Amino acid sequence: MFLELARVYAFIARFWREVFFPPYEFKEIIKQCYEVGVRSLPLISVTGFIIGIVFTNQSRPSLQDFGATSLLPALISVAIIRAIGPLVTAIIASGRVGSSIGAELGSMRVTEQIDAMEVSATNPYKFLVVSRVLATTLMIPALTMYTTLVSLLGGYLNVHQFEQTTIVTFFYQVFDAITFLDIIASSVKSVLFGFTIGMVGCYKGYYSSKGTEGVGKAANTSVVTAMFLLFVEELIVMQVINAIRGI
Amino acid sequence: MLEKVRNPNIDTSKKVIYIRGLRKAFDENVILKGVDLDLYKGENLVVLGRSGTGKSVLIKIISGLLSADTGEVNVLGQDVCCITRKELDALRLKIGFSFQNSALYDSMTVKENLEFPLVRHSKHMTEQERDKLIDTVLDAVGLRQSINQMPAELSGGQRKRIGIARTLILRPEIMLYDEPTAGLDPITCIEINNLINEVQERFNTSSIIITHDLTCARAVGDRVAMLLDGEFKREGTFDEVFDTNDKRVQAFYNYNFID
Ligand SMILES: Nc1ncnc2c1ncn2[C@@H]1O[C@H](COP(=O)(O)OP(=O)(O)O)[C@@H](O)[C@H]1O
Ligand SMILES: [Mg+2]
Repeated sequence: MFLELARVYAFIARFWREVFFPPYEFKEIIKQCYEVGVRSLPLISVTGFIIGIVFTNQSRPSLQDFGATSLLPALISVAIIRAIGPLVTAIIASGRVGSSIGAELGSMRVTEQIDAMEVSATNPYKFLVVSRVLATTLMIPALTMYTTLVSLLGGYLNVHQFEQTTIVTFFYQVFDAITFLDIIASSVKSVLFGFTIGMVGCYKGYYSSKGTEGVGKAANTSVVTAMFLLFVEELIVMQVINAIRGI
Repeated sequence: MLEKVRNPNIDTSKKVIYIRGLRKAFDENVILKGVDLDLYKGENLVVLGRSGTGKSVLIKIISGLLSADTGEVNVLGQDVCCITRKELDALRLKIGFSFQNSALYDSMTVKENLEFPLVRHSKHMTEQERDKLIDTVLDAVGLRQSINQMPAELSGGQRKRIGIARTLILRPEIMLYDEPTAGLDPITCIEINNLINEVQERFNTSSIIITHDLTCARAVGDRVAMLLDGEFKREGTFDEVFDTNDKRVQAFYNYNFID
């Protein structure tokens, strides 16, 4: 257990040691960014949009009880920008990207491809891990912004249908409801989420146990561990932000 | 069965690998109990042994993938245990490692596989020079037509050969083959054996060939050593090794030639 923690620590520390020093694997980084970012777009578009609609629709009755449906855009805005956008993006990404990183590196470990890089005097950590963690850390915040926007659009459609609000009024109310701190918090959070997803997937794959079973396990535990950590981080960031707000 | 003609270019005054008293254990499980080994310049040394005797562990220690518990492992004049990361990388460029399951990079084409070590270590090379070198090694393994295929599209024997080509591209002085003929049909085995001998002649490499296939051992080995209980119990020419009353060595021989 302690050995495992030490190994996790060493693995993360190695990232910071290697990320700033050449040689840089630009081609691989770009390839991974494409893989993480662009290839996630279809799924994330549909999911984000539907969540926007559903969330708005389900929130309406409780506001109606107080005759306060005009507050709907503000409510949606706060919920989506502060919590739902970053979290949904991260969860979807950990399911799609985290598991595939875990499986890919796991199978490279099992079939000795990582050893093969090592003996050809190429740093496999830099080529595989640094590029993937960078990709998730950069692309997941970008995806989060995109998801947030798509969700808000979904919410707008629903509001427009029932309350006939115009798009200008809607977005005016949306941005009125949030503060600069909210945006910062969400960005920080999604950077953290991206880093976590990449790191967990790489770690689980890199130290995958031998055999085909090891690959499946690496993919599976990548998702489970990453999701668990995402929620813990969400909770911690929320507490920190509340503390800052309180000042 | 073909017996290898001893390579006339072996220089027994030059040891490229020198191992004394190598011991390696995983937890309680002692795998190598004191291995002594010399590899001479230009020589093909076959290491025989049953599965799980630590043959792969031995060459992984030679290439620095695993570290020895005790003992001296000297490769091309450098002590593998005690060199810096940079020195180890420089040394690794002189060692070609052909993995048991080829270990081709699945996500890359054959060409990209071959380029992978080149673009990182021969930065001064132009693209034409690189392409020419790729053609040379592909010709050497006889697979020029496969250049744009993915590893998944190749047969086991072809994968092995591309794996060997990938290590040849850096012109190594030492080749380490981990079970080059395992899992291949007899005809492909013969082709791989011929390839191993050709590599020795053309590039004047010194090689360690790990195998439990005696046909391969006899066809490629200038010298044969047998790993038993974590030590080299028998060593010499193929016939010398099997000229013994040791039941286990005899069993190894008989098992290979039941026909
Ligand atoms: N990284 C490792 N960790 C623990 N045990 C290992 C490791 N590598 C090999 N072993 C053990 O060492 C023994 C010898 O393995 P190996 O060298 O692969 O055998 P072979 O002679 O068939 O190539 C096996 O019993 C294996 O379980
Ligand atoms: Mg082996």
